[in-house]
Amino acid sequence: MSGANPDLSRRNFLKGSGALVIGIGLGACATGDQPVPAIVNASADPGPTFEPNAFVRIASDDTVTLVSKHMEMGQGPYTGLATLVAEELDADWAQMRAEAAPADDARFGNLLFRGIQGTGGSTAIRNSYMQMRTAGAAARQMLVEAAAESWGVPTSEIDVAKGRVTHARSGRETGFGALVEAAAKRPVPESPTLKDPADFVLIGHELPRIDTVDKTTGAAKFTIDQFREDMLVVMIERPPAFGAKVASFDATEALAVPGVVDVREVPQGVAVYADETWSALQGRRALRVEWDDAEAETRSSATIKATFRDAVQRPGLVASEQGDVETGLAEAAGRDDVVTAEAEFTFPFLAHAMMEPLDGLIENDPENPGGVLVTNGSQGPGRERPHLAQELGLPQEQVRFDVQMAGGSFGRRSTFDAHFVHELGATFKAQPGAPADRRPIKLQWTREDDIRGGYYRPIVAHRVRGAMDRSGALVGWDQTIAAQDFVGRTGEVVTSVVEGASNLAYTTPNLRVSQHLLKTGVPVLWWRSVGHTHTGFAVEVFIDRLLEATGQDPVEGRLALLADRPRHRGVLERAAELANWGRKPAGGTAFGVAVHESFGSFVAQIAEIEIATVPVERPKVRRVWCAVDCGVPVNPNVIRAQMEGGIGFGLGAALYSELHLDEGGRPRESNFDRYQNLRIADMPEVEVSIIRSSEAPTGVGEPGVPPIAPAVANAWRRLTGKAVDTLPFVREA
Amino acid sequence: MGSNPTTPTTTPTTGLLTACEPETEYMKMKLRVNGRDHELDVPADMPLLWVLRDRLRLTGTKFGCGIAQCGACTVHVNGRAQRACVTPVAAVEGQDVRTIEGVEGETAEAVQGAWVALDVPQCGYCQSGQVMSAISLLEAKADPSDEEIENAMSGNLCRCNCYARIRQAVRDAAETKEATS
Repeated sequence: MSGANPDLSRRNFLKGSGALVIGIGLGACATGDQPVPAIVNASADPGPTFEPNAFVRIASDDTVTLVSKHMEMGQGPYTGLATLVAEELDADWAQMRAEAAPADDARFGNLLFRGIQGTGGSTAIRNSYMQMRTAGAAARQMLVEAAAESWGVPTSEIDVAKGRVTHARSGRETGFGALVEAAAKRPVPESPTLKDPADFVLIGHELPRIDTVDKTTGAAKFTIDQFREDMLVVMIERPPAFGAKVASFDATEALAVPGVVDVREVPQGVAVYADETWSALQGRRALRVEWDDAEAETRSSATIKATFRDAVQRPGLVASEQGDVETGLAEAAGRDDVVTAEAEFTFPFLAHAMMEPLDGLIENDPENPGGVLVTNGSQGPGRERPHLAQELGLPQEQVRFDVQMAGGSFGRRSTFDAHFVHELGATFKAQPGAPADRRPIKLQWTREDDIRGGYYRPIVAHRVRGAMDRSGALVGWDQTIAAQDFVGRTGEVVTSVVEGASNLAYTTPNLRVSQHLLKTGVPVLWWRSVGHTHTGFAVEVFIDRLLEATGQDPVEGRLALLADRPRHRGVLERAAELANWGRKPAGGTAFGVAVHESFGSFVAQIAEIEIATVPVERPKVRRVWCAVDCGVPVNPNVIRAQMEGGIGFGLGAALYSELHLDEGGRPRESNFDRYQNLRIADMPEVEVSIIRSSEAPTGVGEPGVPPIAPAVANAWRRLTGKAVDTLPFVREA
Repeated sequence: MGSNPTTPTTTPTTGLLTACEPETEYMKMKLRVNGRDHELDVPADMPLLWVLRDRLRLTGTKFGCGIAQCGACTVHVNGRAQRACVTPVAAVEGQDVRTIEGVEGETAEAVQGAWVALDVPQCGYCQSGQVMSAISLLEAKADPSDEEIENAMSGNLCRCNCYARIRQAVRDAAETKEATS
């Protein structure tokens, strides 16, 4: 999800954002004796506010609410963006709150997605750093001006710290809440003064996450927790193979299930409408549907993989090239002081399998007759809003989104075709009767819908040929990638396929990275770290083989090839330091290394592994040492958490995850019994070190994922002599 | 689209769930949850999960898989961790059901305190289940080994992979509990 270079001039940050708004919250009350940062609970809404839609809202009870243009799915933007606001506002962390912004590109567009509102590509901090700081600084200036006016003192004599506004000479002091009415009347400063980073008291410091307490007590609300009076729960019986269509169906038995009120055919399958979840499940089970496979993808995943592997036997469309790789490799083959190597790598379909399956609630908008309101964890409201409007034949302005926290996503909730809101719209409008009489609908996917539902990380094949001389210098690198584009393109170089390879960090005189785009009938999608999920593996495993074959140390050898890549070197050196690199591994163990840049952040990981034998012989990872350089580290605590989680996420997929299509194109796995992920016993101890940096901050949601699989594969090869060419490690036939 | 002409073009399905035929008999029953009695009129085979969520609106208990493979729906029945998604409500009539909303006492405080201190949750969706499993473990075993922690928590998936902090939080909670008792 990369975008055009953002206009990072500060002047633009508040433009189109409805300006900065200081809201006046009436009747708000503290939720307890000990103020803690928290997410805003809709039921505890402070009532009328001056103007609710901007980045910052300050209420008369002193609470400061970040209106987050980025959706919270675990990666921490509520905490991160609130930190940026609080820093420049000089708020106390305990008075901070966070809530989701509604869908509105004009105010909440992602500066890195050409102004379209959405979350992904590890962009939340990167595109918010200056914008949210500016928002906080503007609010601070307005509060200071309000205090100065009311106290009859110059603004220059007023201090703000930890949520208190003070005038030392007169001994006056107040909180933000008492100033909101006066502050709201002040003009919004366009270019408020920002702090010198040396003066930061929150950015770069240890802060608790803003949403932890609610997520520990069960109080945090997700889409699935939304209910409406008169609401129907809807489930759709979906095609057994991708592209199959309903031929006919018999709803007699389904309609006999108590609680089932209706069954309707929709473009996505056959929808069962019921008064509660269990009835919907039972009703769907009782449906009888005949499917037409004429247009379905009926190939097995094994067949598709073979097609992709066949494609990489010859070079494809060139994504990047330097020197003359054919000549370079041909010459190298005749030299005694050069080692040549070749490898093929294959990667399976992967489901995202976030804990909260797709779900959404749609209803006639209680606040806007004729409009509809969607309540769900929309990752890309900027894209979904026009799609839903089109599905319902409404102008876009008549579609409102109340964005919820999501129980994970890993890319799944951000789709190009916005298929989920089309389903929501289709099931909503398929209700009989007048539009005004439509009942609210909660459309709920089950785990089976999720695992069998497509939008997988595509099958990918790589072929790499390379040569390295005995001093450890690369002579040539030729990498061919076959993948499926998310939107079906075939005739162009696609960044999300070649990223992480086409920009090879290692110095080589001859380079070619080329790409084949193949089509299948299986919908595919980005999956946490996108192209780097496979390019990071192929590059880091292949370089490690060349280094081993030429007798180079995996760390020293990499560093020598990264002479002009200081940030790669920085994280690799730091990880080596953490791991006490150079010591002999204990008996039965080995170390493996990988370093990779993705989404502008740099991560090195060193894994210590041993051999496990259950369920088959495979690596067991004991420890991982991780160094990350993401520019200015805004929330070290969140950064560490994302590295830890990214390591577990990448490791689980590398060890266990594969979605098979059997003959006929039927997904073999349907739930967590067979679609395996990491469980706690396989989670290594992780130590994370963050590089202190003054570079502009970049994201951490994805960059922790790519290095772990190659680090483990490299350790496995060194321990067992077995090269790893195919993921996952543990495979069914 | 790669369709194979030799494949039959229609295939019957009868829904994704393959369990027994629906049990449509409703029963009136009394369910005790978090110390309160609730009168219910429900299908006898309706899983406790959906009674808690759809009828009692105790939404801290989450749906994740429906087949006892992820632990997001973990509740306590008579103090022991149990997966509500595969527990027919009729089976817990007269039992003491406790959800994340109703946990209390020394162990719960130690576990939730450790969770907060370490900032364990990311997306948070699985965390009610994680906390319930951890409380159940520490009620049964005050000083679990790492292996015992892993065994007790292995039924609880976390796709954000917060496992390193979960493991540490359970260790810390055990220590806190020991120090205060």
